[in-house]
Amino acid sequence: MDLTLIICLDILNGIAMLAMISVGLAIVFGIMGVINLAHGEFLMLGAFAATVSTNAGVNVWVSMLIVAPLFVGIVGLVVERLLIRLLYGRMTDTLIVTWGLSLFLVGAVTTLFGYTIPGISAPLGSVKLGVYSFSAYRLVFTGLTALTFLVIWSFLKYTRWGIIARGTTQNPEMASALGHAPHRVYAITFFSGSAVTGLAGGLIAPLTGVVPTMGAIFVAKAFIAVIGGGAAIVAGTFAASSFFGAVDTLASFVWTPVIGQAAMLLAAIILLRLLPRGITGRFLERRI
Amino acid sequence: MSITRRRALVVASSAGIASTFDLIPRPSLAADEIKIASILDESGNLAEWGDPMAKCMTLAVEEINEQGGLGGHQIKYIRYDTQSNDQLYAQYASEAALQDQVSMVLGAITSASREVIRPILDRYKTLYWYSTGYEGGVCDFNTFCSGTTAAMVVRALIDWAVPALGRKVYIIGADYNAPHATAKFIEAYTKQDGGEVIAQVYYPFDVSEFGDAISKIQAAKPDIIYSMLIGAPHLGFYRQWAASGMKGKIPIISHFFGGGNEEVLLTPEEGDGIVSCYGYWEDIDSPENKAFLERFTKRWGSNHPYINAIGMGGYEGTKLWWLGVQKAGTVDRVRVIEALRSGISWTGPSGNIAIDPQTNNVIRDVYIARAKNRRMEIVKRVPGMRPLFTEQYCNLIKHPTTQTQYLP
Repeated sequence: MDLTLIICLDILNGIAMLAMISVGLAIVFGIMGVINLAHGEFLMLGAFAATVSTNAGVNVWVSMLIVAPLFVGIVGLVVERLLIRLLYGRMTDTLIVTWGLSLFLVGAVTTLFGYTIPGISAPLGSVKLGVYSFSAYRLVFTGLTALTFLVIWSFLKYTRWGIIARGTTQNPEMASALGHAPHRVYAITFFSGSAVTGLAGGLIAPLTGVVPTMGAIFVAKAFIAVIGGGAAIVAGTFAASSFFGAVDTLASFVWTPVIGQAAMLLAAIILLRLLPRGITGRFLERRI
Repeated sequence: MSITRRRALVVASSAGIASTFDLIPRPSLAADEIKIASILDESGNLAEWGDPMAKCMTLAVEEINEQGGLGGHQIKYIRYDTQSNDQLYAQYASEAALQDQVSMVLGAITSASREVIRPILDRYKTLYWYSTGYEGGVCDFNTFCSGTTAAMVVRALIDWAVPALGRKVYIIGADYNAPHATAKFIEAYTKQDGGEVIAQVYYPFDVSEFGDAISKIQAAKPDIIYSMLIGAPHLGFYRQWAASGMKGKIPIISHFFGGGNEEVLLTPEEGDGIVSCYGYWEDIDSPENKAFLERFTKRWGSNHPYINAIGMGGYEGTKLWWLGVQKAGTVDRVRVIEALRSGISWTGPSGNIAIDPQTNNVIRDVYIARAKNRRMEIVKRVPGMRPLFTEQYCNLIKHPTTQTQYLP
């Protein structure tokens, strides 16, 4: 009984982790069609922002929930104005530029902070479940991920800004003709996507090792989730993360973590063979 | 044969080419400086290790030069930065051997890169020094390995931990060849000490979620967790372990911990109490280490990261090689190798290190240490650990032409 419960919590946590690190990438890819290869480094910047400000005496929740997203959002805005803006519609060029940007960010952070910075630990302590104990912070993390998805979904569905953004995605010329300059929509989208990525970075800072090269580990998983999810930002990322996260955690539990990861990649290959446009390319087509 | 104008031109130009490119190799002149090179990843992903290694080596060279070098000849230190790119190793090893004609190359951080340059330096007859702790088994007349071997530190750690902490050992490691191979040592030594390995779990490098690992360990209830996790994502294990309230309930030992300054990356609440074993820690309390740290701080500033065994390797290797040169009175490769194999022993910042002529590896002190407040508190010095596994297979006294690596 305890074991079943703890496995369920682990699976939920695995899904939340994948969903949280991917959703910022999904926003930028879904609305702008831009693939940001520096996504992992944006996560790293969020983690560094949270760690450095906590070490400087800022409250850990303020660092994770406010400082990290704000900082990375601003970095994203600068990057959009200086680089991405000039390359709209040029997919390969954007890939190369953002890849170069990722190398630059790793180098810059290494130069400023060195290879090792003192980490921060997870707040809140643990909860007891029979013979097992579970990190309370990881439960909160799962909750915050659900909240983030809810906020993004309601924003896109119910607010005027959300409708304009979705309209621009479907038909930029028409949106433009109706008086909504696409470049403004794109700038705000890139800012928001970066800020959500920064939030994810801040939230994972107490869960993993915070080093300048940490982004490379997360970027591949985020890409698999976003491509597997397809065009719909919230529904796609949620569906793909749930599927891949559950496969990975469950197989890790039953067999070994190596088989868990192999099973996840195999699931991704089969999924993309059957649904080349991702889950939401076929099902939940008109969802957000 | 009459000398035509055309023929004279051909002869003259080819002589010109020959002299320009210096096709005839000349031995470096005795009056010149002595050249040595390092081939290290001073930038890129491995810079965390390559950078302090090169700094330690620079310090060793400067100390040697201040003391007058060899008969007034100063050492010139050439630094090759392989940028964490294994393809550059082959190129730079050839350049160091053929173009610079150095007397010694110290370098390679990973075992993979060592196995790239070792055969090249063998072929070009250039003395090679590998200073990083490694899996063991290198057996090569031209190569000296001054780091700890896996068998050495595992033996020290298990011999300390099993009697002190309990008999049931649970292994959790990164999924690559070194942890799988080292697990065989852990199993063997644990059994000899009256304990048993109850489970082995391996994680891919990019896993940062350890919920399933923690639950499985809680269910298995071992006395000791032996961790061979490595890299930043795997720090997630220690963090999530502590966040689950498990810290201190089951002790964690690891001869990997500390090699990447994990004690700094983790908070004291997460890291304190994890026990590791290496050939050097900054916290060793000895006059030699105190003097070394003073010189290092004076040269590179007080704001340097914690110096670990890997960084220290650059200093140890250079100093040991220099003892051989002094004993031989020359930098001639064969005579230096003979001198090094004739029983060189040195007490430095990391305690005593002696070269083992049977294996060209070393017999050295190792230190069991416990993380405490972002530093490592020395628990026990284990003197004179032999290259345990390597010496079972490698005998360079009987078979001096061996150039291989034996794997567990």
